[in-house]
Amino acid sequence: MDQEELLLFIFYLGRFDIITVPRFWRKIVNRYNLLGTKCEECGEFYFPPRNLCPSCRRKGDIETYRFNGTGKLVTYTVIRSAADIHEKETPYILGIVELEEGSRLTSYIIDCDIDDVEIGIKVKPVFRRLGEESEEGLIYYGIKFTPVN
Amino acid sequence: MEVGICSYGVYIPKYRIEVEEIAEVWDEDAESIKNGLKIKQKSVPDTDEDTATIAVEAARNAVKRGKMSASEIGAVYVGSESHPYAVKPTATIVAEAIGATPDLTAADYEFACKAGTAGIQTNLALVKSDMIDYGMAVGADVSQGAPGDALEYSAGAGGGAYLIGKKDVVAKIEETVSYTTDTPDFWRREGKDYPEHGGRFTGEPGYFKHVIAATKNLLNKTETDPSYYDYAVFHQPNGKFPTRAAKKLGFKKEQFKDALLVSEIGNTYSGSTLIGLASVLDKSDPGDDILVTSYGSGAGSDSFKLKVTENIKDIQKEEPKLESFLKEEKHLSYGSYARHKGKVK
Ligand SMILES: [Zn+2]
Repeated sequence: MDQEELLLFIFYLGRFDIITVPRFWRKIVNRYNLLGTKCEECGEFYFPPRNLCPSCRRKGDIETYRFNGTGKLVTYTVIRSAADIHEKETPYILGIVELEEGSRLTSYIIDCDIDDVEIGIKVKPVFRRLGEESEEGLIYYGIKFTPVN
Repeated sequence: MEVGICSYGVYIPKYRIEVEEIAEVWDEDAESIKNGLKIKQKSVPDTDEDTATIAVEAARNAVKRGKMSASEIGAVYVGSESHPYAVKPTATIVAEAIGATPDLTAADYEFACKAGTAGIQTNLALVKSDMIDYGMAVGADVSQGAPGDALEYSAGAGGGAYLIGKKDVVAKIEETVSYTTDTPDFWRREGKDYPEHGGRFTGEPGYFKHVIAATKNLLNKTETDPSYYDYAVFHQPNGKFPTRAAKKLGFKKEQFKDALLVSEIGNTYSGSTLIGLASVLDKSDPGDDILVTSYGSGAGSDSFKLKVTENIKDIQKEEPKLESFLKEEKHLSYGSYARHKGKVK
């Protein structure tokens, strides 16, 4: 898990007390549209976006790529107790989604009963509230994933 | 020049609460409420849904169904009476989430339930004057009725998004007129959670006066009469008002019944007329004539004359259609409904 994913994981747990949200807010906005990159040289897709292809290095040819969004659930965990900010929603599911093109990301899995969630189910992105700073503060919007019927 | 609707999309949250469930809590007679309002149930947003998320989903569906590149969109207007921020536009969230930023203009509109059709008129003018190629108009709401108020039975959630342009038009906008007066039939002061209304006698000076005047003005201006139209779409705060207005104007049930969805989803405020129109467009044929009249308290109506083109067939092949949002329903008890709406902490 790289640093960005780790920060997002903390964000998804609602621990706004230990991270500074504005610092990586721009990256969350990038996630609205699942904007990643693709190396035209070897065909590898990257999400979060990388500016350098680790396989091709200097020979790589990196282009911005918008993922189509569908993917499958690779693994998940049920969060049964969370920071105040997410208290209302517990229990909820955090999962790792593998996008069709081949990159992985952490996200909420919603509209899915905890008893029905299964590794391997097909999921698609939906636009939802991720949380809010406080009653007076910013509202965080972004992508969550939901099972495809 | 042919200017009109190039694509459209809707979004309705999947949760529903039935009139019976609410009536029981307030010890009221469900049957007489259902008969009075002609409403069976209403839509309820999920705990993480609001006007911005609904507007984004509807706008994304419009872009997807139109198979267009969002970077061509030169304007986004979002109409609502339940914008998530008092200051900070919903339109920028929508523009970013559909990938239309940064080369565009954007703003929020407010005019009770007709802010979405006001956005269509603005986009129409911008496209006609060649200032933009495409403009997006969204109407979305997650409206609240105070617990125990009559509005609690009808205030639903949903939205519609329309892409206005002159390429691959699916329905030409041949004419539009508006009728506006200062009428205090319904209002909400800054910082208050729930709206106030003038009571049950506000229908005549509010809804009926404006809907009928705007529609008559459109008929006069276009030299058409009600029998000319295949479909008629009216704003639907409940099931009774649009039916009575339509009949008063001389429209027949076959013309307006397909747009009437309020019994299933409640009053979606700024989404109401736009969702009703989407349900008609989803089943219309090339050459069909459609009359649309919205209503916003305060008060005003926008009326449109549309003509469906051959291109409608391409959009009708694309999902998600309105019907898919009516099929997928999850029913709530009053307790979980109150938690959804944040009424019980
Ligand atoms: Zn490479």
